[in-house]
Amino acid sequence: MEAFYEWFRWLYEATGINLTIFYDAFDRNRMISGFWMTVRLCLLCIFFSIVIGVVGAWLQGSQLKWTRRAVHGFIALFRDTPPLVQIYFFYFGLGALLPRVDNAFGIPEPILTNVQWAVISLSLFAGAFNVEIFRSGIEAVPKATVEAAEALGYSRLRAYIHVVLPLAVRICLPALNNNIVNLVKTTTLAYAIAVPEMLYVTKQIWSDATNVPEMMVFLLLAYVFLVGCVVWVMARIERWLKVPGIGL
Amino acid sequence: MKILPVLLPPASPQPWRAPRLRLRHGVLIALGLLCVVGAADAQGTAAGRPSVIATLWRWTPLLLEGFVFNIAISLLAMAMGTVAGVLLGLGQVSQARPVRGAAWFLTQFFRNAPWLVLLFFAMFLLPFEFTIGGVTIPFPGWIKATIGFALPVMANTSEIVRGAIQSIPHGQWEAAESLAFGRRQTMWMIILPQCVKRMLPPWMNLYSLVTMATVLASVVGVTEMLTLVSEVHAAEGGRPELLAPLYGYALVCFFLYCYPIGRLTVLLERRFQVRI
Amino acid sequence: MPESAVPLLRLRDVHKRFGAVEVLKGVSFDVAMGEVVCIIGPSGSGKSTILRCINALVPIESGSILVDGQEVNDPALDKLALRRKVGMVFQQYNLFPHKTALQNVMMAPIHVLKQDRKAVEERAWALLKKVRLEGKEASYPGELSGGQQQRVAIARSLAMNPELMLFDEVTAALDPETVKEVLVTIRELAEEGMTCILVTHEMGFAREIGDHIYFTDRGVIVEHGPPKTFFVEAKDPRTRQFLDQIL
Repeated sequence: MEAFYEWFRWLYEATGINLTIFYDAFDRNRMISGFWMTVRLCLLCIFFSIVIGVVGAWLQGSQLKWTRRAVHGFIALFRDTPPLVQIYFFYFGLGALLPRVDNAFGIPEPILTNVQWAVISLSLFAGAFNVEIFRSGIEAVPKATVEAAEALGYSRLRAYIHVVLPLAVRICLPALNNNIVNLVKTTTLAYAIAVPEMLYVTKQIWSDATNVPEMMVFLLLAYVFLVGCVVWVMARIERWLKVPGIGL
Repeated sequence: MKILPVLLPPASPQPWRAPRLRLRHGVLIALGLLCVVGAADAQGTAAGRPSVIATLWRWTPLLLEGFVFNIAISLLAMAMGTVAGVLLGLGQVSQARPVRGAAWFLTQFFRNAPWLVLLFFAMFLLPFEFTIGGVTIPFPGWIKATIGFALPVMANTSEIVRGAIQSIPHGQWEAAESLAFGRRQTMWMIILPQCVKRMLPPWMNLYSLVTMATVLASVVGVTEMLTLVSEVHAAEGGRPELLAPLYGYALVCFFLYCYPIGRLTVLLERRFQVRI
Repeated sequence: MPESAVPLLRLRDVHKRFGAVEVLKGVSFDVAMGEVVCIIGPSGSGKSTILRCINALVPIESGSILVDGQEVNDPALDKLALRRKVGMVFQQYNLFPHKTALQNVMMAPIHVLKQDRKAVEERAWALLKKVRLEGKEASYPGELSGGQQQRVAIARSLAMNPELMLFDEVTAALDPETVKEVLVTIRELAEEGMTCILVTHEMGFAREIGDHIYFTDRGVIVEHGPPKTFFVEAKDPRTRQFLDQIL
């Protein structure tokens, strides 16, 4: 491993390509922690956005007019406004309105940290898209299939769990896939509220080491790698769920 | 060409059915925002300071000026990105293998990178001025930012163009060929005119995305609406309860601009579906 | 038909493969000026491929295709010159959906042959009248029935003043009522002396207007002859089996 790191020091001395994140332990640790922060943001936001999507799609099928309208409004609002302003609105705007609590040392601090706010706002943003995706998936399941299940004595809920959802999930996968890739790219916005994710630490590193082009290329490749991982996992899931004979 | 699963084109954009939002819903949203504003207002007036609504009203000309600048950046980026994207998209269906490969690589590279990272890319790697034949052309930050937004627009347009061209039935090419049309003539006179309808909805969607992305410029130090918002906040003494209304104000501006575009996109999508 | 005429089209030992599948395994035949030739055979026997090769829509592996003395299997082939001589009508019409019937007919002469717009327009009107589509000039393909679209496609090909017309199962996608109107148009063309090659499943029609019938199966011409004798005296068991199924 040491030899690997030293090779990059040699590379810098020989060619001027300065990748401090490999040979400098401090920068390396910063980058690793930034990378994990991005991964953590991604996983948390994917999880919560899917929960929001499922709940929202379920609420949208509600009999109550006002519930449906509220969900409509939520989707429209998050879809047609800039996610960065959403993050600012949540972190600066709502964060300032919330009361502060005393920490262990008796110093008042905000209830929610910037990381938590980033997770909340990004999840809501991606969740709004997921609601639409799941709803169109559910609507795409033929009514006759549901009726057939009910004719066999399934209750509405059981028909939903055993027939509608398994089909709907398969229908939505491509769109969901797309939205998750977008979400991974959108996590960079957390930079704006000083969440130490990959873009943030990269910026710190290039400010210290003045190696902007190298870090820029590294950063782009890192995101291509992350997006690639997501697509790979989603493709695995898609293959695992694939049912022979239907074009899903 | 073998297509890596990683870099597959996006699933054909799901026809997004917009919720039927009517005037009353707008009123509802406005009411909701008024509640937030009102809560802040109550705190403000209680302390004997000017009310939040009055404050917002006072700064509206400046804030709207900033918003118009955002729109201007979005239009410029869209124009540049579309021209480059159409060329790149045509490159992706070129008969020359190297051209096709290069166009595909560029498209995937700029499509899979986060917008904010591309913006940094443009801000830091473009020179601050250009010298062509002794004439020095300055390259201010906002132009660099516009180029930064044009890059993802280019890549996405390229995919839209490629998808549309490939969605035209093969028989159209054969018919044109049998009538002695050349490849270029077929492309420009027969294939592309048919693509326009199919490309319009996703392209408008893209425009909406660019408009919303323009606020990222404030992150890299270009003055636009969000920069003005924080300046207004500072000018008003940095009262924390002012932040929610100010950012809410920005949200409303973008919503009022982007929501109709989204509606129009859906309408066009539906109309074209009936026609074809 | 004049037996001694110089053939307008001559195919000699044409081979064509798609990947590992050999679709044409040595096809040879002649078509004289003014002759109407019908190619029949089971699906997948390579009938349509023959037409596509004649028009250079697909390249061939070996053999020779001479159209009016011009070799099609030649890298230096002037495709434009070839396609001015050879018109083709497709099963799926392939009209340009963003242009009206009249514009569909006018496009190629104006943009490819660079002919005068006014003269072309006059001819286009006449051609649409000829295929009995008066009054449909301003209609878009989407507003026309299948039979009407197919007649526009025929007029579109004729606008290039071809010497040879290729019809690729032009009635296969039509409903029975409209088949007739298209066949009438083709018969009129044949009677006017247009050289035609038809790939068809309409045996009655082939028998009526064909000067010569070719039966293809698995990439070769199994049997051929004038319709009078062909349909009655076909000897090859494959031909017999096919005709028994159809007739």
